[in-house]
Amino acid sequence: MNIIFAIIAAVTIAAGVAAMSLRNLVHCALAVAVAFAGLAAAYLQLGAQFVGFTQVLVYVGAVAILIVFAILLTRGAEPPQQSVLSSGWLTGIFVAVVVLGVLVYAIAKSSVLQSPVPPQPEVTVHQIGEALMNKFVLPLEVVGLLLTAALIGAVIIAMKEEGKK
Amino acid sequence: MADSLDQIFVTLNHALTGLAPEAWRPLVSAVISIAGIIGVFASLFAVTTVLERKGLGRIQNRYGPNRVGPFGFLQPAADGIKALIKEDVVPRAADKVVHFLAPLMVVIPAFLVYAVLPVGRNMVLVDYDAGALFFFAVGAATELSVFMAGWSSRNKYSLLGAMRAIAQMISYEIPLILSAVTVFMVAGTLSTTKIVDAQGGYNAWGLAHWFVFTPWGFAGFVLFMIAATAETNRSPFDLPEGESEIIAGYYIEYSGFKFALFFLGEYMGLFAISGLGITLFLGGWHAPFAFLDSVPSWIWFFTKLLAIIAVFIWIRGTLPRLRMDQLMNFAWKFMLPMALINIITAAVWHFMQPGLQRWLVGAALVLGPYVLLGRGLMEGKKLEKRTYRYAE
Amino acid sequence: MSPLAGYLILSAFLFAIGLAGALTRRNAIIVLIGIELMLNAANLNFIAFWRFSEHPEALTGILFVIFSIGVAAAEAAVGLALIIAIYRHYKTTNVDEMNSLKG
Repeated sequence: MNIIFAIIAAVTIAAGVAAMSLRNLVHCALAVAVAFAGLAAAYLQLGAQFVGFTQVLVYVGAVAILIVFAILLTRGAEPPQQSVLSSGWLTGIFVAVVVLGVLVYAIAKSSVLQSPVPPQPEVTVHQIGEALMNKFVLPLEVVGLLLTAALIGAVIIAMKEEGKK
Repeated sequence: MADSLDQIFVTLNHALTGLAPEAWRPLVSAVISIAGIIGVFASLFAVTTVLERKGLGRIQNRYGPNRVGPFGFLQPAADGIKALIKEDVVPRAADKVVHFLAPLMVVIPAFLVYAVLPVGRNMVLVDYDAGALFFFAVGAATELSVFMAGWSSRNKYSLLGAMRAIAQMISYEIPLILSAVTVFMVAGTLSTTKIVDAQGGYNAWGLAHWFVFTPWGFAGFVLFMIAATAETNRSPFDLPEGESEIIAGYYIEYSGFKFALFFLGEYMGLFAISGLGITLFLGGWHAPFAFLDSVPSWIWFFTKLLAIIAVFIWIRGTLPRLRMDQLMNFAWKFMLPMALINIITAAVWHFMQPGLQRWLVGAALVLGPYVLLGRGLMEGKKLEKRTYRYAE
Repeated sequence: MSPLAGYLILSAFLFAIGLAGALTRRNAIIVLIGIELMLNAANLNFIAFWRFSEHPEALTGILFVIFSIGVAAAEAAVGLALIIAIYRHYKTTNVDEMNSLKG
């Protein structure tokens, strides 16, 4: 299955590079949606079906639309007049390259790559549900609380202020 | 005999696959199934367009199309030829790449979701363990393509229509998924084939164990169908594409074949979500009564699908369009609380002993919030008898 | 090169691309997109390690990623709400111009 992984990797990295370098903001948002979809394909290739479908549902179906709405609400759809790069961009690129170098070095030198490849695990949604309700019930409740707080907070922050003109 | 008629398509598939060499068998089998699905649902689309126009015409006291072919039933052929030979106009300021990709991105998810619908016994294309989640995930990908269509046309009204359509779709996605969650809870699985199997069997009076014959199932089915109407931008929720409001909404600037693709995508989405509603609530390919069990399973599925399409056409011709704020209020203030209470009802139903008490508690838990929410949300709105004022 | 190394290097590249975008772009929304890309790269790492681990039945990788997706979506919502509120005040989304706390 190496050819499939090569295609997924190429599409995802190309979409990521496009998302970070295009001038038109809406094109950036659409490119990052393609990157999310490529990652969902990678999850499916690794055998994590539930996570792959959740990735499409949450990221492509909600976060990408959120980004697009924010771009349109902040007048980002007009083409930018100045350069798209902020001040100090050279340092940023340097830091990113250093981080990439360190990560690739750590991967190449690690001993975890020598262990044999285990067979594909069979995961059912039933097992995920049981784990969520037995072993991981505390994180589940905390994430529920966090999502409620984020929902209310986002609405309050983005609401138009009444009578403060 | 009845059993072989039931499995006729499966045996046909096996026979055709047997003609292929050994290594290619899985691919050939999949391609034959896919060709069958696309062929059947695309012809259903053609038949539905003419049925809808004739049905709407009769509701509005006029004939529908009746020139082309006997009783107008060759109208889709005429529409198809018209769409293909029309000039493809692209606005000069439009974003060419995105404008081209948007119709494809609407049609591809619309066809992709048919992979997990079981149209008959042993007749599902892919049996995912998380099949229903696949359906909702791919359906959510349609929203981004609606935005692509609206934004790439560089047209104020097109963008406005797209924003409204996206707001409507994400608002109604929540009651849609929550009403389906009740079925997942009771059936204990996300796989569409197992949900259909959980609705098999007949009780003492020969009535099937469909989920729609329970209080929470009935409420869930109604919520699911209302949310499905809104998800596919069908009337009375078709403000984003209403012809008298915003011309054609987000596909104003599309002509010819691309418009036909949007139309196709919309109807395919309608059939798919009706198919999911049938799978989740109406027992999939099961017969409603025990004595009708010998009729083939795929005939039952398509009968139910045609019945739901008839109800959709009926609703379109009868109810007036909802305004945007009415639509959003309905989704967030009425349907979301009803869907959440429905989940509690399903849980209570599941843990009580079968009998009359369970029915009474279930009915109370469904009807009570319905009446209370309905009355509560009507505070401050005065509904009087409509007065007509005519120009004299 | 083992399959695990392939996925880890893909994840490292995505992380670096997201980091580069977050550090170099001028528009605050693109910075947020870069942050989302970084979170996704970390999720891919978790799933890759879960798949090639010795005890995949513990499901730790999958559940961590489920929670991570939820938290990332919440954080994206709040971040974008903040950017919209700031835009309403400063009338710009240029990160270089949001510096009124500077001495």
